[in-house]
Order: sequence, then C-alpha cells, then structure tokens
Amino acid sequence: MLATSRTFEANARAGLANPILQRALALMQSGFPERRRLAVERLPEFEALREIGKSIKDHTLDHLDFYLELFEANVLATGGQVHWARTPDEACAAVLAICRSVDAKLVTKGKSMVAEEVGLNEYLEENGITPVETDLGEYIIQLRHEPPSHLIAPAIHLMKEQVADTFRAEHRMLDQGRSLAEARQLCDEARAVLRPRFLAADVGITGANFLVAETGSSIIVTNEGNGDLTQTLPRVHIVMTSLEKLVPTLEDAATLLRLLARSATGQEFSAYTTVSTGPRRPGDLDGPEQYHVVLLDNGRSALLGGEFQDMLRCIRCSACMNHCPVYAAVGGHAYGWVYSGPMGAVLTPSLIGLREAVHLPNASTLCGRCESVCPVKIPLPKMLRHWREREFSQKLNPPVYRAGLSLWVWVARRPRLYHALAELASRALGWLGRDRGRFRTLPLANGWTAVRDMPAPEGRSFHSLWAERQSGDTGE
Amino acid sequence: MRVALFVTCLVDLFRPTVGFAAVKLLETAGCTVEVPRAQTCCGQPAYNSGDRAGAKAIAAQVTDAFEDYDYVVAPSGSCAGMLRRHYPELFADDPDVLPRAEELAARSWELASFLVDVCGTRTVAARWERDVTYHDACSGLRELGVKDQPRRLLASVDGLRLREMPGAEVCCGFGGTFCVKYPDISDKMVSDKEADIAATGADAVLAGDLGCLLNIAGKLHRHSRRIEVRHVVEVLAGMTEEAPPIGTPR
Repeated sequence: MLATSRTFEANARAGLANPILQRALALMQSGFPERRRLAVERLPEFEALREIGKSIKDHTLDHLDFYLELFEANVLATGGQVHWARTPDEACAAVLAICRSVDAKLVTKGKSMVAEEVGLNEYLEENGITPVETDLGEYIIQLRHEPPSHLIAPAIHLMKEQVADTFRAEHRMLDQGRSLAEARQLCDEARAVLRPRFLAADVGITGANFLVAETGSSIIVTNEGNGDLTQTLPRVHIVMTSLEKLVPTLEDAATLLRLLARSATGQEFSAYTTVSTGPRRPGDLDGPEQYHVVLLDNGRSALLGGEFQDMLRCIRCSACMNHCPVYAAVGGHAYGWVYSGPMGAVLTPSLIGLREAVHLPNASTLCGRCESVCPVKIPLPKMLRHWREREFSQKLNPPVYRAGLSLWVWVARRPRLYHALAELASRALGWLGRDRGRFRTLPLANGWTAVRDMPAPEGRSFHSLWAERQSGDTGE
Repeated sequence: MRVALFVTCLVDLFRPTVGFAAVKLLETAGCTVEVPRAQTCCGQPAYNSGDRAGAKAIAAQVTDAFEDYDYVVAPSGSCAGMLRRHYPELFADDPDVLPRAEELAARSWELASFLVDVCGTRTVAARWERDVTYHDACSGLRELGVKDQPRRLLASVDGLRLREMPGAEVCCGFGGTFCVKYPDISDKMVSDKEADIAATGADAVLAGDLGCLLNIAGKLHRHSRRIEVRHVVEVLAGMTEEAPPIGTPR
C-alpha cells in the first residue's frame, strides 16, 4: 500500500474539514470507550488479566524463535504448510503461487490487516484473480477503493448514507428504487450479494488474531460469521498473518481472547471465535483440502531486543485509537498507511521508515490515555518519545526547531541568566498585555494565537518576587 | 518537614500567584517551604522533543538543586510526573546518577496529592461562591493518580459547587509543543473541551496544570466566553482576590 504519512498535516486538515467523518468520529467516541468501560467494570479481574496478557506476549517474544519452529512443526504435523515471508513481495508471491496451483479465479477474504499491509488485493487483481472482501466494513471500502481507517471497524469513517450510495452505484443488478435507509437493509444486501461468492470461491484468505504454537492452530474472531464461511467453504484456506501473533498454548489464547473483545467492542466475547487446525481430516464433515499459513515478518523481527519490542505485544484490539483524542479529531486516514491511532504511530515508522512517517510520533500530546486502556500494557507514549529521540539524533527535525530547543536548553542550564530573562519576559509581556490581559496575536507565536488567545503574564516572575520577599524588600 | 517548592517554568513566568498560593497551602499544612534558586525547568520540553542529552543535563541540575529536602512539591502534575516517573527512566543507563534520580522521584509530589496523601490535609479554609468544573490534567491523572485529592479539598471550600463534565479526563490539546506544531488538531481538541466546559453551565473551570489552563483560557477568551479560568490552588488557598482570572486584565 502506498503511504501518504508524509502529508499527515494536510491529511489531518482534510479530516477536520470533512463533516461526514466528523459525525462518524463523534459517534465512535461516544460508543467504543463507554462500552469498554462497562465491560471492564463487569470483570473485577480485568486489571490482573492485563498483567497476565502482557506476560504471555513478553514470554512468547522472548522465545519467538522456539515458538515459531514449534508452530511450524505442528502445522506440518496436521497436514498444513507454513510459508515464511520476509517482505510484502514474498508474502504476495506465496499467496499467488498457492492460488495458481489450484487455478483459482475467485478468492474470498476475511478481514486481514496484514493483507492490507502487503497490498494483497491489488496484487491479486494485477494477476487476474478477483479478491472479494467479506467483512462488511472491509467490503464497503473495497467497493470504494479506500484503505481501512480503523483496525476493527475499517469503514468507521462513513455514515450509512455513504454506504447506501456506494451500494447503489456498485450493485447495478438490483432494483434502483429499493430502500437502503436502514443499517439492517445494508447488511441484508451485502449478505445477499456475498453469499454466492462464498459458494463460488476457490480460495479463502483470512487473517489471524492468534497463532497457537502447541497445536499449530490459527484463531480468528468476527461478529459477522464471514470468517467461517471464508475459511470452510473453499477448497483452500490461506491464513495471511504476521509472526508476532503467536502464543504458546490454547490456554494463553483463551486468556488474550478475554481481553480482546472487552477492549475492542466491550463484548465479553466476539460472536464467532474460530480455531482452525490443519486441513480437513478423513471423516471430517467440512473444512478445506489445503491449509496454508503465510507468516510475514516485514521488519518485525528487527524490533526484537530493541526499544520497540513491546509494540509486538499488540493484539490489534483498537482500544488505543478508540480512546485517542488525536485519532478522534482527524480519523484513521490521516495517518496515511494501514495502521492508525497510537499503535499506528508507533508501528508505522518501523515498517515504512521514520523519514516517511515522522509526523506520526509527533502528532500526540502524550496524554497517556492509550497506555491506560491497552490490554497488554504497551507503553505507547514512551515509544512515541523513542521515535522522537531517533528523529532528533538523526537530525530530522526542522533546523529552526532544533536551534530553538538548543538555545532553550542552554539557557535553562544557567539559572541566573534564566531568572533574569524570565523576569524580563514577564514584565514586558505583562506590560504589553495590561489592558486586555491577553493577546490576540503575538510575534513568533502564530501556532498558538491562530486558534486561541495568549493569556498575558501577571507582570513579575515568581522567583523575583520571592527573592524580594525573602530579603524583606517589596521592590518597585 | 522541609519542603522545596518546584515552581515550574510556566508559573514562574505567567502566574506567580500560583506559586504563592502553593507556599501558603504548604505552610498551613505545617511545612517549612523553601524555593531553591538553582531551579529553572524540569526539562520536559527537551525530553518530549527527543533531546535526551538536553533533558538529562537539566534533570541532573534539578537533582542537585533539590538534594537536601524532605519533599519536592510542584503545583503541576506534568512537572511532578517528569520528576517522579521520567527522571529514573532518563538515567536508567547512567548508574552514577540513577540512585539519586530514583531517590528524588520518591520524594517528589504534585501539590494537591501531597497535601492530601502526605500531609493528611482534609479541608482548607477558603470561600469561593462559584459553580466550578474541574479538568483532570493528563500527566497528573495518569502518571500520578491525581483525581480525588483536588476534589476532596475543593469540597471543603465554602460556597463552591462542583459540576463534573463528562470529558474531564480527555486531553485539552495543549501537549507542550504539540499545540503549536499541530494547531489544527489542538484547536479541535480544545474546542471539544470548551464545549464540555460550557455544557456544565459552570462559572469557572479549574485544573492543576498551568499549561492546560493557558490553552483553555485562550480558547474561552477567543470566543468571548465569560467563564473564569484559574489554577485550583488559587481557590484552595483563598487567593482568588490576589490575581484576576487567567487571561483577564487587573
């Protein structure tokens, strides 16, 4: 997928100026966080579960080589195959090779952010294979040729009116006079259009929420059941995922599932949780003839052992973006790539490069709400700061900003000079602002005064007043 | 108890009344208050801008300046959080300074939480006839757990009625240099905050961090809202007569 993270500022302005997006984001803000809060309230051990979830992922990441090999061995033992992909190109090529081997023309897909990451749909289309997204949100944005704007609600930037317009434009075989005013009608229409595709598909591609090393299984959760139809009806099931989804045991996966649904949608459990282990066995009533797992690295293994390893704990629940005031202001597309919100701001620079994504770790107030809701306690603000440290050490900041910061540090290290300047500034600004108590404009402070007034100082610095008071001198 | 006041750079420059209010509250609680002259800023602007070396240099200076006190108290959750949570992180790879930074961190407090949790203050002698709403500044809330302490003290202010707003824990969009680097996004965030404040119908909005207050006051004044903006310690110290609300003339 082509990244537009470099133009984050313009993307953000477009998001802020988009009334439909703003309505959708306002709805999201009142929805997800409140539902999560209620779900957490109902589970007294939620905080303890977070700690356990964190330790499960930490343990796995510390021994990732071991568990990856165990996973592969168990997939092979159940009759499946594992395809290791270092890059998006290798991942796409692996999927294409499987599709070609069964002469596939139509591929159904359950939601997979990794498939978005590698640009799988475009790649398959270029090679004469038709991919059909089956998650409702993902189907909508596929029709609109848009990237997802959210981890679990990819079309959250749209209201149902836009979806109705899209369906009317794309489903030309249906009666143009039909009503699409209700969400239910949109769901029913998507279901009716998708059902024959499920039955006709040669290959089904899903993502994975978890991979289980001890059994060689992949686990997906959905609320629509589309994942089950995608992976059980076609002859071939391909799991398109990345290596940090691994956990050691089914028990571990069960623990993380308890965290996932509550953190994501405020549900106790998603409507469908499906465990896939190998292809259909003799005597099984259903299941695919072939089971493949394409495991993408794409820079993830390089994060192991470094200051960003904690990011690999992420279980893609979206709680961080659901609670992020910056995401709520600009929406997911502003981030310019597959992943958005705080997790995207940390992950994206490591996957597409800091230079390309340098705005993302900066566009945060470090308010810490993301970390406070993260089910696996990823220290997101700390890692945003780590990116800023790299930016600074690689001299990627604007020279004026660097110079200003250096000057400020230089002064702050000289208390006598600092206090003299503070007193001077306080007096000068206090005097200039004495009539109104604030400034509508102020030289060198356009970023501030463009959108708000600048309150004027009282007129003396605390340290000067305190020194006078201590010496018994009232000054002036 | 010998308490050193960490004034904070914004209070020093913009609103010395907050510093004097802090001194008054601490003295009332039985503390001997001193103000080390060698302090400037906690180093957070450098820290959050990725200038780790600059931040460490300032943090080392702060660690020296506040060496000899029982406690270090700041009228800011943001600066107190920097000392308490981030200094040990800054010096994690510097065994010479780390023990002293950790020791400083353990002695460093945000003012309202220090009064309630350490001094055992339960009430203040103040009167303020207002309906107020309270904004929970992010660092104090999430790094230090400052939530009930200021409310507890405000409950003892004569005439004051607290009207909670739904988004009290949501960031106001200040974020240090964030607010000037991304003014459009910051504007949206502070506009949402403005709407939440206005919806409570309160006469005044209080908070424990001057950065948020300058941002919020600036926005309210830009829209000519007649809602007073003050640091919570001015009210708790009964010093609202000493200075006009933030952003208004004397």
